[in-house]
Amino acid sequence: MYGSIRHQIRIARSADDVWALAGDPTKLHTWFPGIVDCTVDGTTRVITTGAGLPMPEQILQCDATQRRFQYRITAPIFRDHRGTIDVIELGPDECLVVYSTDCDPRTMALVIGGGSAGALAELKRQMEQEQH
Amino acid sequence: MGRKILFITTDQQRYDTLGCNGGTYARTPVIDAVAAQGVRYERAHPQSVVCMPSRSTMLTGQHVSTHGVWMNGVPLPEDAPSVAEVLHDAGYRTAIIGKPHFEPFLDPFARFAENGFARNGTFGPHRGFEHFESATHGAAGPLHYARWLATHHPEAVGMFYPVLDGLLEVNAMGGGDTGAPQAWHNAIPKEWYHTDWVADRTIAWLDSLQADDDWFCWMSFPDPHHPWDPPKDEIGRIDWRDLPLPENYIADATERERVIDAKPRHYRAWYDGRLVSNYEAPLAWAPATLTADQLREVTALNAVECELIDEAIGRVLDAIRARGWDDDVDIVFTTDHGELGGDFGLLFKGPYHVDGLMRLPLIWRPAPSAAATPSTVTRPVGLVDLAPTFCTIAGLPVPEWMEGRPLPVDDGDADTRGFERVLTEWDSDLFGVNVHLRTITRDGWVCTTYLPGSSHDGTEGELYDLANDPLQRENRWDDPSLASLRSDLVADLWDHQPPMRSPLPTVQAPV
Repeated sequence: MYGSIRHQIRIARSADDVWALAGDPTKLHTWFPGIVDCTVDGTTRVITTGAGLPMPEQILQCDATQRRFQYRITAPIFRDHRGTIDVIELGPDECLVVYSTDCDPRTMALVIGGGSAGALAELKRQMEQEQH
Repeated sequence: MGRKILFITTDQQRYDTLGCNGGTYARTPVIDAVAAQGVRYERAHPQSVVCMPSRSTMLTGQHVSTHGVWMNGVPLPEDAPSVAEVLHDAGYRTAIIGKPHFEPFLDPFARFAENGFARNGTFGPHRGFEHFESATHGAAGPLHYARWLATHHPEAVGMFYPVLDGLLEVNAMGGGDTGAPQAWHNAIPKEWYHTDWVADRTIAWLDSLQADDDWFCWMSFPDPHHPWDPPKDEIGRIDWRDLPLPENYIADATERERVIDAKPRHYRAWYDGRLVSNYEAPLAWAPATLTADQLREVTALNAVECELIDEAIGRVLDAIRARGWDDDVDIVFTTDHGELGGDFGLLFKGPYHVDGLMRLPLIWRPAPSAAATPSTVTRPVGLVDLAPTFCTIAGLPVPEWMEGRPLPVDDGDADTRGFERVLTEWDSDLFGVNVHLRTITRDGWVCTTYLPGSSHDGTEGELYDLANDPLQRENRWDDPSLASLRSDLVADLWDHQPPMRSPLPTVQAPV
């Protein structure tokens, strides 16, 4: 059974600035609390959670024009997963970041989605702190 | 040297599972004796009928809307106030041993401090508890009991019922003799089961204290919450085949469904398996399939778990007596919420503000040195009143941020201090299904108003006359003769209901 969770946050920085961090697949662990490491090899990324779990992912899209990053967790516990990060320009110094998790089993959508809410808060903190 | 406090909680225990409350399934002589020496509350309600919100209320002395843990999976904010911190700051030694659940258990990102201690081999401090030693319903999870079992008795790890299925949903798999959901014959020896472990670790912590220490120990048993998988060597105590069915199980299906249909529509939708509004019941199980024998077996296994808890408490009280502390120890026993237990044909829990889930066992035996008179309190009280009670026992002023009041010691005290009402709230939002209830219990009535949600338009409600309909079978919400009473109760509810914390904290995990 699928579950779909979406979180979003406004950040007082330009979309380009935020995309430079959020769209970089090698830097996820710097703004996603609970991910302690990530390595990228081509379209394969492996993240390691704070509990020590390695989770392999397939990068589906990293589109700097749309500022959209999409990936799929391929760990066996997931029947299907798609994570989408959109950075949407609201003005010259403001953007909206939307982090969507669509997932089967649906329970994992709550788990990953809960993590992504914290990640957006941390992304905002870093980007706005850096600004000042 | 002041009064010491042993705060005992269980998980999901019904009011009528104790002998002192009229229960007949389980023998609970230890708690019955404690009740005979103290104050027994007949109308104690939680402020939420699920674990995390209710436990957060016990710790903070705040209503759910104020502390913000509005459903399971929402972590209590790190900076939330804590009665343990108040006591610790006043010089008390403080511990929680057993099930905490102020933060979600399903935590692969290891984001929550509560889950980090066992992983790191440490024991707090956290939320005012200098010693934090955790357990839950089985051998899984990043908790101290699971680590202990895996280290010392790895062969027992797989003996428990698997609480979650392969899709991480609450498991609907049947077991035991009857195929009842979450019933299980657990091969684990009693000595390794979490009930005895919680008592053992409590005794060990108490043994580490100096004779003149003041202490606050929250001993938190994970049972009798499902799964119903007590050690199988113990289940012969109660033969389910001999049990009468619970009083509020309506054996005739036609009458049962008539009663359910008079309640708001989500009751029937869940009963038929068309709606699961929350994560606390198996997704793949419908209450309509529950047989009388399955209910007998679940009731028997639940009663065995209650007996094991009672005996474990007895061991801890013996240890306290052996230290010479008994005269100075206050004992408070309660649970976080109830269990539907077959009422109206339902099991587990959810947005159903009826006595099975709301009427809780609550007992306070003041320290014998305080020379209190044993009594029974019939007026409504809440778990929100526990934290202020602990402050008062310790001789401390009740902090302004606590919303409850010290528990009354008898009905006269309750009347003098205006214990007229108790409030309970429910909010859930799970994959597009959202349910919102606000309940007031006052003057012998339980009144629940429904806010608009995915199953309700905001006009529905429940109104029960506790004196003449103690089983809450007749919903009188739409009775024209009670329109004035209903309006008065709803108005009183909103006059006293704290506003919901804003911004609303987000759900970070299923549970």
